[in-house]
Amino acid sequence: MNDLAEAIRQAIPGAEVERIENPGPSGQHSLLLGLPTARAVAEFLRDNQGWDFCSNVSGVDWPARKVKETVVRKELVDGVEKEIQEPVEREVPGYLEAVYHLYSIPKKSGPLVVRMRTANRTEAVSVPSLTPVWKSAEFQEREAFDLFGIRFDGHPDLRRILMWDEFEDFPMRKDYVAPDDCEYEPTPHDAVLALVKARQEVA
Amino acid sequence: MLDESLKSDLQKRGIFVTSLDEVYNWGRKNSLWPLQFGLACCAIEMIAAAAARFDMARFGAEVFRPSPRQADLMIIAGTVTKKMAPLVVRLFNQMPEPKYVIAMGACAISGGPFKEGYNVLKGIDRYIPVDVAIPGCPPRPEALLEGLIKLQEKIAGQRLLGPERARHADAGDAAEYPVPEYGAHDLEPAFNPDVFHPEPSRRTDA
Repeated sequence: MNDLAEAIRQAIPGAEVERIENPGPSGQHSLLLGLPTARAVAEFLRDNQGWDFCSNVSGVDWPARKVKETVVRKELVDGVEKEIQEPVEREVPGYLEAVYHLYSIPKKSGPLVVRMRTANRTEAVSVPSLTPVWKSAEFQEREAFDLFGIRFDGHPDLRRILMWDEFEDFPMRKDYVAPDDCEYEPTPHDAVLALVKARQEVA
Repeated sequence: MLDESLKSDLQKRGIFVTSLDEVYNWGRKNSLWPLQFGLACCAIEMIAAAAARFDMARFGAEVFRPSPRQADLMIIAGTVTKKMAPLVVRLFNQMPEPKYVIAMGACAISGGPFKEGYNVLKGIDRYIPVDVAIPGCPPRPEALLEGLIKLQEKIAGQRLLGPERARHADAGDAAEYPVPEYGAHDLEPAFNPDVFHPEPSRRTDA
C-alpha cells in the first residue's frame, strides 16, 4: 500500500495521501485521501491501477474526543537533567468519514479501503462525491448522506434514501437521540418493574 | 337471545331457529377477503398460509384482494416502518366497513426487535384498531389460521343492533382514522389517542 501511495503522489502532483494503520489482527490498512485531489486520485485508481469496482460506501461518525498522551520533557532538577513523563490530554475535534471499499476484477484483489474526512461535524460536512468515478456509489452515498449527514459534492441526485424527505436528523450519528415513543413492555421486569411498583405505591 | 337448550331441542324435532345476527355474521365470518399486501418476512408465512399446504381457503379467507376497496380484512404482516405507517393507515381508511385488522408478528404488534430503533413504528395499534394480535417472529401459518379463527369467533359474537352493536353498524361513523404526517423528527402525531392507550409507565431517564 505504501507503493500505491507513492504511485499516486507521483502521478498526481500535490495529491494528499496518507496511510492509516489498522492495529487490529485483520491489519486492513487504508488510504486517507485529501479532499481537493480525491476525485483525481479516484480516477487514477480506477483507470491506472485497476480498482474498477466500488462495492461499499459507508459513513463513520467520529465525535470530538480526548486523547491521553504522555509527553516526555527534559528539565533541570537540582542541576541534573532529568526526563520527566507528563500525561497530557489532547482534544481531537470530531469529523465524519466516508469509507469506500474498492475491488479489482482484473487483479482479483481487494478490498482497497479508501477514506475521506470532513473538516468537522457541523458546517463543513462536504466531501467530493465519487459517484462520477464509480456509479455503484450513488445509492450508498445517498445512504451516508441520509444517516450521517455527509454532503457529497458533485453527486447527481443527493436526496434522502431511507428516511422521509421532511426528516431533519441524522440517526446514525453518535449524538442522535431517538424520539421518546417507546413505552415499556406490558410485562415489566428489573429496573422497569421497580419503577412501576414505585408509581403504584404513590398512586 | 334464544335459549341454547330450547334451540337444540327444537333442532332435534326438525325446526331450525336462528336470529338475523347469527345468519348475517355466519355469512360474513366465512367469507373474509384479506387485503393482499405484506410488509416483511411475516408476509412469507402469510403466503404459505394461503397456499395449498395450509390452505386458508378452508376458512373462506383465500380471496386476497389487490384493492382495499374490495377487502375487509387487513393482515399487517411484518415490520411497519415510520415511512410506511401513513400509507398503511390510508389503505385501512380506503377499506369499506365492516373491516378488521390482524396484527401478525412481533413487529406489527410492538415493533418487535426494532422497538428501540428510530425508524420502526412501535405497533400498528398506535393508529388503527387491532382485532387480533398474533405473536411470533414470524408466526407459523398455523398461528395465522388460529388468529383467523379467533377473528371469526369475534365476528360471530358481534351485535348489529342495540347499545353493544359493532362499530360498522353505526351509519354515521365514517371509520376513517387520521393519517399521521411525516414530521421533522418523528411521525406527527406519534399515536392516535382515540385508538392507542399506552401503558402507564413511561421512560423517565432519557
